[in-house]
Amino acid sequence: MNESVPVNTSDNIRARHPMAEAFEMFMGNYAAVAALIVLILIILAAIFGPMLYPTDPFEMVWAPFSPPGAEGFLLGTDYLGRDMLAGLLTGARVSLAIGLAAAFMSVFIGITIGALAGFYRGWIEEILMRITEFFQVLPTLLFSMVIVALFGASLPIITFAIGIVSWTAVARITRSEFMRIRELEYVTASRSTGASNAKLIFSVILPNALPPIIVQAALMVGSAILFEAGLSFLGLSDPNVVSWGQIIGSNRQYILDASFTVTIPGVAIFVTVLAISLVGDGLNDALNPRLRRR
Amino acid sequence: MNTHSGTSAPALLSVKNLRVEIKTRDGVVPVIDDLSFDLPEGGNISFVGESGCGKSMTALALMGLLPQPAGRIAAGNILFDGEDLARATDARLREIRGNDISMIFQEPMTSLNPVYTIGEQIAEVLRRHQGKSRKEAHARAIELLDSVHIPSPQLRVDDYPHQLSGGQRQRVMIAIALACKPRILIADEPTTALDVTVQAQIFDLLTELREVTGTAIILITHDMGAVAQMSERMVVMYAGRKAEEGRVRDVIQQPRHPYTKGLISAVPHLLDTITDDRPELLEIPGIVPPLTEFGRPNCLFASRCDSATEKCQAARPGEIAFDNGHSSACFYADEMQP
Repeated sequence: MNESVPVNTSDNIRARHPMAEAFEMFMGNYAAVAALIVLILIILAAIFGPMLYPTDPFEMVWAPFSPPGAEGFLLGTDYLGRDMLAGLLTGARVSLAIGLAAAFMSVFIGITIGALAGFYRGWIEEILMRITEFFQVLPTLLFSMVIVALFGASLPIITFAIGIVSWTAVARITRSEFMRIRELEYVTASRSTGASNAKLIFSVILPNALPPIIVQAALMVGSAILFEAGLSFLGLSDPNVVSWGQIIGSNRQYILDASFTVTIPGVAIFVTVLAISLVGDGLNDALNPRLRRR
Repeated sequence: MNTHSGTSAPALLSVKNLRVEIKTRDGVVPVIDDLSFDLPEGGNISFVGESGCGKSMTALALMGLLPQPAGRIAAGNILFDGEDLARATDARLREIRGNDISMIFQEPMTSLNPVYTIGEQIAEVLRRHQGKSRKEAHARAIELLDSVHIPSPQLRVDDYPHQLSGGQRQRVMIAIALACKPRILIADEPTTALDVTVQAQIFDLLTELREVTGTAIILITHDMGAVAQMSERMVVMYAGRKAEEGRVRDVIQQPRHPYTKGLISAVPHLLDTITDDRPELLEIPGIVPPLTEFGRPNCLFASRCDSATEKCQAARPGEIAFDNGHSSACFYADEMQP
């Protein structure tokens, strides 16, 4: 009988921590692991690239439109004769930083609103979800263009403009998880030991609601990078910093003459966002128990 | 002990004319209707009845944990040590919960938080109510696991709930509930989800802990056998109302309400011998009325009762008192045959 057995029965060895199981599940998903490796390389390039290749991305170093490989410039030069490789490496920092910061912001807003709505229900939920719906039906690109146009194209404003239009998905996921988990017995049990509402929200329910939020956050980094590229392409980027989207935007007139100036940063965005999506999918498979059982 | 006289020592918990209402789509329904009972210091009382009779609602009402925003205490008092919990603030209730009054739940598989170790979950309560440091609380958690007979507690304390069996989890729940030496422990069907052999162990554990700590126990169950084993007094609930109350021995030997009688006849081992009068187990025909019929001014059991008369359909029976605080809400309680 289970009650009196000593500690090390085979049952106990088999019952492992759910996170260990999720990790193993993730490691078995080769596409996700490959994507994770690519992503780590991109992040390393963003961090150390500009140090190892210290050419100023704004400096005109050579004749415009030198094709990749010519004259020692691995990726060629753009329409002003600036080094593409330097631009790509520096731009990686900005694109990833904006992606992360905007995703962080939308996760923060989304969790706060979703948690309050899902936990308290009633009129609080009504108000918060109407606000969420308001942001959901706004044309996102137009809304962020208006913000950037009004407040100026600086990195913090662009990050804010992206974050403010993309938190609704997190809010809805968080709310639905909270609505589900708040009815579970361990929440009532915590309540019955005197836990305060803040305690219930942050240390009882939130840790259990995190898996789908983590997946959504990962995917959101990718979509924020795309969003930033879109804004930059339209000219709404900080002129003092290089980002991938900005390189594409500034070279777009020459797409027929020197397609590599647009293609190279485009491929960088494509590979990065694809890698993030694959990692996100891998996380989803690993963290979602319904998929795990298939 | 006697519910009807104010002369005995003041009860630890005294519930007076409690009415709990739940808002449903069909309107406001009294899920607990005019419930009164007393629990002395260190005493123990059982609540019995079918599913949907308001037993669990009673427990939640005592803890101030009625489902929000649908449920509320509409009338009555819950006097705990003279303090009315029905009117206490949220902050005061949080101080009391887990400290003076604790609760264990039906489903041990889901009543522990899966993301924390059992040691953390026990320590949490100790730190909240007793201001213990992390280290002290951890040490005390090991002692508590030992007191509920978890083997190798110093190893088990770092286990996650999924590493434990159902019985062990219920032991951990009991350890959490008793961590702050509460004066009342509410056990809401604590063994329903467990194997029969484990059930007996949990009841033994509760009995043992009650003797050691002097905690009063309110047991909520539909298992008449558990009542007979665990409690001195019992309250039989039907459709949110108290059908019968009394000492367990009195009620089982001489039920004064046809519903109680039906419940007892449905259990095999309660009567010592199966006589010719009672050759086989009986069931109570029908089901508990739907919530919408709660609160009607008649006997809610009448539709299932063999001996119901027109009077039962027309008026709600009052309480008829017998010896030893035995009482029954049936017009014909006097005439019931043992």
